[in-house]
Amino acid sequence: MYRYDEFDRQFVTQRVAQFRDQANRRLAGELTEDEFRPLRLMNGLYLQLHAYMLRIAVPYGTLSSRQLNTLALIAEKWDRGYGHFTTRQNIQFNWIKLEDTADILDTLAGVEMHAIQTSGNCIRNVTTDQWAGAAADELADPRPVGELVRQWSSLHPEFSYLPRKFKIAVTGSPNDRAAVKVHDIGLRLHLNDKGKRGWEVLVGGGLGRTPVIGVTVRDFLPEQELIAYLEAIMRVYNLYGRRDNKYKARIKILVHELGADKFRAEVEAEYARRPHADTKVEERELQRITTYFAPPQFEKLPRWSATFEEARGKNKDFANWVRTNVAAHRVDGYAIVSVSLKPEGGIPGDATADQMRTVADLALRHAFDEIRVSHHQNLVLPHVRRDDLFAVWKILNAAGLAASNIGLAGDIIACPGLDYCSLATARSIPIAQSISRRFADLNRQHEIGPLRINISGCINACGHHHVGHIGILGLDKKGEEYYQITLGGSSSENASIGTILGPGFAGEDVPDAIEKIVNTYLARRQPGEEFLSAYRRLGPQPFKEALYAAA
Amino acid sequence: MPLLKNGSIVSDDWITLGTDDPLPESGDVVIPYARLLKEWESLTDHDGRLGVVFTNIDRIEALTLFLPRLALIILPFPSFTDGRAYSLARQIREVGYSRELRAAGNVLPDQVQFMLQVGFDTFEIGDRFTADVWLKASRQMSLAYQRGLYRPPGQQEVWSERHREAEPWLEQPHAG
Amino acid sequence: MTTTTEKGKILTANRLRDGEVVFLTHSGQWSENIDGAVLATEPQAQAALEARGKEDEHVNLVTGVYLFEAERRDGHVFASHIKERIRSLGPTVRTDLGKQAEGKGGHFDALQGV
Repeated sequence: MYRYDEFDRQFVTQRVAQFRDQANRRLAGELTEDEFRPLRLMNGLYLQLHAYMLRIAVPYGTLSSRQLNTLALIAEKWDRGYGHFTTRQNIQFNWIKLEDTADILDTLAGVEMHAIQTSGNCIRNVTTDQWAGAAADELADPRPVGELVRQWSSLHPEFSYLPRKFKIAVTGSPNDRAAVKVHDIGLRLHLNDKGKRGWEVLVGGGLGRTPVIGVTVRDFLPEQELIAYLEAIMRVYNLYGRRDNKYKARIKILVHELGADKFRAEVEAEYARRPHADTKVEERELQRITTYFAPPQFEKLPRWSATFEEARGKNKDFANWVRTNVAAHRVDGYAIVSVSLKPEGGIPGDATADQMRTVADLALRHAFDEIRVSHHQNLVLPHVRRDDLFAVWKILNAAGLAASNIGLAGDIIACPGLDYCSLATARSIPIAQSISRRFADLNRQHEIGPLRINISGCINACGHHHVGHIGILGLDKKGEEYYQITLGGSSSENASIGTILGPGFAGEDVPDAIEKIVNTYLARRQPGEEFLSAYRRLGPQPFKEALYAAA
Repeated sequence: MPLLKNGSIVSDDWITLGTDDPLPESGDVVIPYARLLKEWESLTDHDGRLGVVFTNIDRIEALTLFLPRLALIILPFPSFTDGRAYSLARQIREVGYSRELRAAGNVLPDQVQFMLQVGFDTFEIGDRFTADVWLKASRQMSLAYQRGLYRPPGQQEVWSERHREAEPWLEQPHAG
Repeated sequence: MTTTTEKGKILTANRLRDGEVVFLTHSGQWSENIDGAVLATEPQAQAALEARGKEDEHVNLVTGVYLFEAERRDGHVFASHIKERIRSLGPTVRTDLGKQAEGKGGHFDALQGV
């Protein structure tokens, strides 16, 4: 993974000093809250329902054990002993003090981390496929481009006061696990018939109040042109994105209002107008970064591991875990391990400091010192020898990190919701917990098969409910929390936005509603047909009838 | 209005005129862009330098025609959170304008470094902050990842520095 | 016996330096416990509360000042809406955290589940 050089270290150190000075000036009254707010947001510090919340960047979801151990330290020293992993591969701490923040940022800088631009109207964390560098279906690891874009976007003087936040995702696989179609800019790697690399550039995807799939503005952009082309897109957005209405300020609105063709024309005109400098420096920088992402020194192992097979045969719990939490690796004898942060009835995405240290230790000993944060609020150990899987599982199991539910009904994604967030209209975590308990039976989860349930506590959709197979949106009706259900969303390369089924439900009725939906699917599915496919075949009608038919 | 220029506070010698204010016989005058477009004929032989206030909703294509005659372009920030002028500034520099580019409106110390980097060279500041505060804020970061920015002495462009030995002649053109 | 319920508004904010949620009391001090908060029942009193809060924003003591609906029952004040109830107590899903765990949750019962 990427390692800072002197420049990167100096950059984050200076940035912390800058923030420390800004915070001190705020506390001394030399800056008003309105003047300070964008500055603290650009260092990841939100004011939330109970306290300040700090969102720390995990660039393209990649961490070393040293970094994860430092997050554990921060949890204990400056927070309440736990952190929350988010749907954009970051981590959040909920009980932070403004007066401690510069010290926390200094601690992060010491392990090559930061909280730069994890909030604010600027370019946010670049996210990617949590299986990058490990998945068999990958054309190439997208993270070098992720790192290139991260650097380019950091403290960009032209693009730090955008109309609104800006999110970029990259994927190197045709099976898009990075949801690039619902990002402000999505980058998809393609190879032409000569094996040359080019990037498909999608613009204007997004969730929130007005969910929409992005449009392709370029099919095959040569890699060395990426930065210059992104600058053209950003400039068009910065100049013409709406600033009159916060809820119409994302680039997706601009693309929609201009129309895809006119938007594309504006970008191409800007791109053509710019002074076209040599791209040699960008090429060399990308090459330099790529050397950090050379694959680990994998051993030459047979595909089949006797140790693993024996353990799987003997231990039913281990076998169950393997079914869902272990995925194929592109190298024989290795596997991708998902560390579930979704224990039955638990808070999705939360991990204690001890759990973080457990995972860090496993990564160091069994996964070439690398951990990933997934978009589904779980962690990943990307490179584990099959021979070691049983040993790894035992440790995860003892630490409560081995819920065997990855991709199943128990693997629920939920934003923090009204329990933590001052923007929320309803709670989301208790809904996740009650659904998790209702579907606790693992046999049942397997019978149902792959099922993505996403819960958002307000229309800002941080739980990504629009792209859940089952989406749940928490709203407020006359002071009571109630929940609207959508079906048929997907964030894959065949992305779709979920359809609202009908009137909402009281919180305590949600598990019943989900059960009715699931039962409808089970009753009508064709052999081997997964939930999403069945929904796309059947449409919403049977599910509406099941939910709303008179008793 | 005091100006921040090259790290010190100086006074403004320009005369700012509104749309209908009479043009003085001579002197350095700044007028709104709409007025420039309308009265261009009569302005060409004004005895003194010409400046223009160019707003966030004006488009740059027509401005290029007037650039040779302009000695000052002012870009107002209606709010410091309205970042359009950063792009306008870069565009104006990209089309070859090399004289004074001034930021006005809601200009605060914590944005001055970004403003300098996109090509502003003077700033209308109030009397709220001392010169020290402006100076410190404007040189907080000595590194930038982006290429082609304006850099005072001491500030480095990271990618170019990293690859300087490789091909030292491949320095991207930037304006000082 | 009927309980009398007085309806009105309470002023809340976050303390600037540490983000702690606070409520304005009768004396003009900020309390971490909603129990001490003053309930303003008339619009004029509510406006006065807000003005005092803005003053304390101005001197950089607190930030994010706002009024919320509340009521007094049996001699104690309670937030009317679930959001401020959670704000005064702490997360409903971690009753070991926040004001509810520090004896500063006022006279609410902790909310759990849905």
